[in-house]
Formats: sequence, C-alpha cells, structure tokens
Amino acid sequence: MRIKVEHRTTYLYDEPPTSIVQILRLTPRNHEGLQVRNWRIVLDHDAHLAPGEDAFGNTIHTLTLNRALDDLTVSVEGEVETLDTGGVLTGAAERFPPGLYLRDTPLTHADDAIKTFAKGVAGKREVLDSLHALMGALHDGMAVDEDAPATDAARAFAAKTVGGRDLTHVFIAAARSLAIPARFVSGYMLREDQVQQKSGHAWAEAHVPGLGWVGFDAANALSPTEAHIRVAMGLDYLGAAPVRGSRNGGAAEHLQVSLTVGQARRQQQN
Amino acid sequence: MFIWTLGVALAFNEMLGPDGQVRAPYAGVAKWLESVNVEQLDRRRAEAELFYRRGGITFAVYGDAQGEERIIPFDIIPRVLAGSEWKLLAKGLEQRVKTLNLYLADIYSKQESLKAGIVPEELVWQNPAFRPEMTGVTVPKDIYVHIAGVDVVRIDANDFYVLEDNARTPSGVSYMLGGREICYRLMADLYGAHKVAPIEHYPDDLIATLSSVAPQSAGESPNVVILTPGQFNSAYYEHSFLADKMGIELVEGRDLFIRDDQVYMRTTEGAKRVDVIYRRIDDDFLDPLVFRPDSMLGVPGLFNAYAKGNVALANAIGTGAADDKAIYAHMPDLVKFFLGEEPILKNVPTWCCRKADDLAYVLEHLAELVVKEVHGSGGYGMLVGPQADKAQIAKFRELLKANPANYIAQPTLSLSSCPSFVEQGVAPRHVDLRPFVLTGGNGVKIVPGGLTRVALREGSLVVNSSQGGGTKDTWVIDL
Repeated sequence: MRIKVEHRTTYLYDEPPTSIVQILRLTPRNHEGLQVRNWRIVLDHDAHLAPGEDAFGNTIHTLTLNRALDDLTVSVEGEVETLDTGGVLTGAAERFPPGLYLRDTPLTHADDAIKTFAKGVAGKREVLDSLHALMGALHDGMAVDEDAPATDAARAFAAKTVGGRDLTHVFIAAARSLAIPARFVSGYMLREDQVQQKSGHAWAEAHVPGLGWVGFDAANALSPTEAHIRVAMGLDYLGAAPVRGSRNGGAAEHLQVSLTVGQARRQQQN
Repeated sequence: MFIWTLGVALAFNEMLGPDGQVRAPYAGVAKWLESVNVEQLDRRRAEAELFYRRGGITFAVYGDAQGEERIIPFDIIPRVLAGSEWKLLAKGLEQRVKTLNLYLADIYSKQESLKAGIVPEELVWQNPAFRPEMTGVTVPKDIYVHIAGVDVVRIDANDFYVLEDNARTPSGVSYMLGGREICYRLMADLYGAHKVAPIEHYPDDLIATLSSVAPQSAGESPNVVILTPGQFNSAYYEHSFLADKMGIELVEGRDLFIRDDQVYMRTTEGAKRVDVIYRRIDDDFLDPLVFRPDSMLGVPGLFNAYAKGNVALANAIGTGAADDKAIYAHMPDLVKFFLGEEPILKNVPTWCCRKADDLAYVLEHLAELVVKEVHGSGGYGMLVGPQADKAQIAKFRELLKANPANYIAQPTLSLSSCPSFVEQGVAPRHVDLRPFVLTGGNGVKIVPGGLTRVALREGSLVVNSSQGGGTKDTWVIDL
C-alpha cells in the first residue's frame, strides 16, 4: 500500500527565542514491511539541519537556530510503500540484543499494580499468547483519550484513561515485568475514516523467541498492519520521540499541528 | 579473615607495628608527638579550622534537614606512607584504572568481555549507569575515565584493598590540596624534617590531562572549562577552587550553547569555542534532549556535539557502568582479561545479592556484614551489620527481599588505623585513602598520596565526609 504523509508543526512564540535546538526523529527507515519512496523535512527558516543516526539506529536530524524569530514551521512530507508482515518486524536495523530492552526507565517502570496485572493476564501462557492477552486486556480495560495528559506507566495504569503514548508505556512495563523485552515505537497510522489527524501514532514491539520483534498496538488491539508506518524506536517515548526540543527565551510557546495520512494515488501511466 | 570487625585496637596500626615498635615511616611523627602537648595540638587544630573557614572550604551534607554547610574536620597529624609502599600501590592503581578504561571501551564497542562471559550480560544491558546512547561513539584516545578516585583501604603491612572504583565525578581533591597547604603552613617543623613527595602540581597534571584529549581541531591551546551544577552543589567549592588553580573558566549550563554541533561559551567578547569540558554534572543532567528532559543544568545539544567528536567530556558519559558495586566483583577477572596480569590490588570479597545463593548467605549473616546499594554513594543507604540494631537489620532484611539485585554485601573490614588528634587526645582511628588517578593522552599520572579520610568517632568504620569523617594530609616520604 502506498501511503502519503504530510505533517506540519508550527511553533508560535510570544517573544522570539534567541536559540532553538531540536532533535527530530521524523524519518522512517526501510524494513521488510516498509519502503521509503520519498521523504523530506522542510523548514520555513534558514536553520541548520544536520542528519545523523542515534545509537538505536534511528535516523535523526538536529535542528539548530541561533537567531530570534517569532515562529518556526517544521514540515515532513513523504511517501512510503507498506506491506502487511503479520506484525513481525524483519530487516530493520538492530543495534542491541533483546536483553537491553528489559531496562527499567522512569516512564516504563512497573509498579506492583502493573506487575500483578501482568502476572494475572499471562498466567501460564507462552510468550506470544501472553503478549496478545496483555494487549487485549489493556484495550478492554483502559480508555484511550488523546487529550489525556502525558504521564508514566504506573500513573497511567491507575488513571485508566490515557493517551496512546502512555497506553504503550503500560504495555511495555507489563511485558518487561514478565521478563519479555519490549520497546516503544513512534510513527503514523493510516485510518480509512480519518485523513486529517491530530497526532502521530505509538505502539509497542516485544521480543518473541523464534519470531523476533512483534508489534502490539494496544490502542487498536491489533498487531501492526500495512496501515502502520514505523518511524523510530526506543526504550520509551523519550527515546523515540518525534521531536525533543529546547529553546532559550521565547516566553510561552503555542503549537499548531496539521497531519494528513492518506493513501497515495498511483500515477496514471499513459 | 575479615569476617568480624576487630575494632581499632586489633586493626593494623600504621604507626605502631604488631610488635609495638614504631614503624620506620612514622619515626619522625612518633618523635614529634612525644615533644608536643595537647594544648599545642589543640591550638594548631584551631588554626587549621580557621584556615578552612577563611578559605570558605565547606561542603553541604545531603539528608541534613538544615542543608547547612559544614567544615570537614581536619586532623593535623599526617598519615605517612613509605615511598616503597606507595610505589606498589601506585602500580596497582594504574593497573586498575587502565582496566576500567579498557572495559568501558569494550562495552561501548565490541563487547568482547561479555562474549567471553567475564561479565554477565544483564550487568551491562540492565545497568542504569550503562548509556546505550554511547554505543558506537568514539571518545578521544579511547579514554573514558580521565579522573578516577579509587578508594583503597589497608589491612596489614602489605595488603591494600580497593573499596570502590569511583569513575564518575569523584570529589575531594581540594581537601587533599588544602590539607597539604595547612601542613606546610602550620606544621612547618614536622614537614621540614621529612622529604615529603610534592602534590601541589596536581592542577598542572589535571589541565595537561584534560588538554591532551581535546579534539584535533582545537589547535595548540584548547579551551578547557569546568561545568558545575552551581553553587548549591555540595562540591561547588571544589569546582571553583580547581578552576581558579588551573586558570580556566567555571561555567554553568546556561553559559554554554551549541551551534553547528560545536560548543561555545558566552563571554563579554562574544562566543568562544569550548574544546574540553571537565564536567561535574551527572550524566542524567548533561543534555535534556538525550537524557532527563527536565534538566536545567545541562546544555541542549551537547551530546550530539560530543558524539561527533567536536568536544571532549571528562569523564566520558556512561562511566558509571564500570564502577558500580556489581561490576566491582568482576574487576579482578577483568584485569586478567584485558591486561593478562595478576591484579596487584585486592578486592574485598563481595556477595552479589542478585544471586540466590549469595542472597541466602547475606540474609543469614546480616549482623556481620556491610550491605550497600549497588548504586549508592557517600555512605547513604548502607547497613553496617555489627553496629546496627535489630530494627535496622529487620528493615534491611525486607529491603533485600524486595529488591535483591539492588544490593551487595561485604565483610566488615578491619581498616588500618593512624594516630589522630581527637577529644580524648591522640588515639588510633580507622582511615582509608582516595588517590586521584589521571589518565590522558600522555599516560597515567598520580600525585603521591591522595585524600586520607579518617573515622574520627571511635570505632566508626564509615569514613565518608558526609557521615562525620575527617581528613588528613597524606605524606609519601623517602626514608
């Protein structure tokens, strides 16, 4: 399936900041389920955009601006060709062994409630069954509200109403508490009924012996399909965040996001 | 053999040998002690305290409700090591720190020590101080630990044991230098009667070490700065002291900025490029774009500049993966693995509570052991079994059961003692030693001696300054 993404983020500042630094994880890499056809990041100001790669193999761009401006727009435009691989990830860059993804992080720390929940759901099941059961139980037991404030796994689990980001954190915390390596994926998702979207999408990957890394999208209770565009991966949101930024000055900042994810029309060949 | 604390009376006394005779290095000190009375000693102590107060040499104590600044008590009676004793110790320290650097270079690149099974993989992958972000990052000359503060204790005439390999941001060197200055001024009679190896050139060695790892693009005279968390940090005095002694800028995160992956410092004459940062800020706070996003202490974008080789950090990021108490147990094997040598300095036997057998042993022998958090420092969060009451032991039993991997245990060592001036007069007190080991492009440098910490409370085994310990000047002398 060919999918077209246009993702524009505009930052409006009450006062012009004197400098801005951002690390962007906004560029997907190829794997068996995804081929990048074209992809670019466009800035509306003459800022420095240095490409690179982080330790997890994500493509990053570092944006630096050292002069005052009232607003800044970062646009991502691209097309990818996707394939349904049954949720199994193959052909992606792997820099670390699965054991690394058992690390505890503040955002994915499993408290007693999550540990008990995970144990109860998994019971005596095999790894893959446990993960599907976890995904199902979280989908049924938690309400997703993209306006819920961002928090961490333990607080999100207690709140029961969470954003997709923190639902993913709960899934990761629960999987790791069962000694199953798990990680955070940020990206986009094509929704048939919704070309205009409010934000990108997040899901988890967990390591299953014999299969490798398998995706679990608890918000939709399914493993990633050809509708999912995998962009970046990390131990938690912070490691896979589309944008991590910092600025000097600027008083308050206002965000305007416009995102369209749609099926690209194939060019007519005459 | 060190299962029980022997008490100061039975510990190795560095002045009086087991036969009751004065040991050779202490001949001068023993004679001097006979010639002075308590009033004279007390007057010198008061002068020393005044020196510290005037100099503003203070430190804040964590966990102290008032957060007040205190002066670390200075014990005016120096500790003396013979040149031959020091030579062996220095060789052992060099070996140890070389191994720390080789191990770090390994876990952040080829991971051969893991593949060879010297260190269990989970001690790396799940170690909070291991920084995955550093994997594949090349650091100048493969040096990660430019400044190490290796804590050693002495058990008898011949054996030094390593207690901790401090490879993150070890502090205390200002007390070492301050102590020497006091001895030089207030103890001129005794000092003059000995051939004491100099330590005053430590700041010169430090700046040479830091400059030696500057990026090639820095040119002949690289710009080296000290990055401090600010004046509320307990070691702020030391940060400003070292900046002053080295003649370099002391900066906070907000004084630095990044342009095109290059670090600059704001000055009155405009932006000035920074080549080497001696950072006294923990990894977590260095760069909010890569580590803790709420950190206000660091510099956004610093990690990228560092990863690209445009600035050197001392110590490197992620050195804590080599000095935590779980890795400690594997250090002797790592010395053999990387250097093919027998370890010169010994390790204190260590039980890793993440292992079921070790945990069982520790739970049964809590009253005899010292239990520490794997990532603790400063004497916080530890149990000294022989000195703990039943409630403390019961509390640790629960902590251990709840999170065994967080703890290690060691026998209470019988630390050596030195004559110290305390309220009761001159009496032996337990000591340890923190030598400062510098590693740069020109090799390893250690000024002779280090910071001797003394447990001034009778019977106390905890020498940390944050727990009521004092310091002494440490003399390495030619006999």
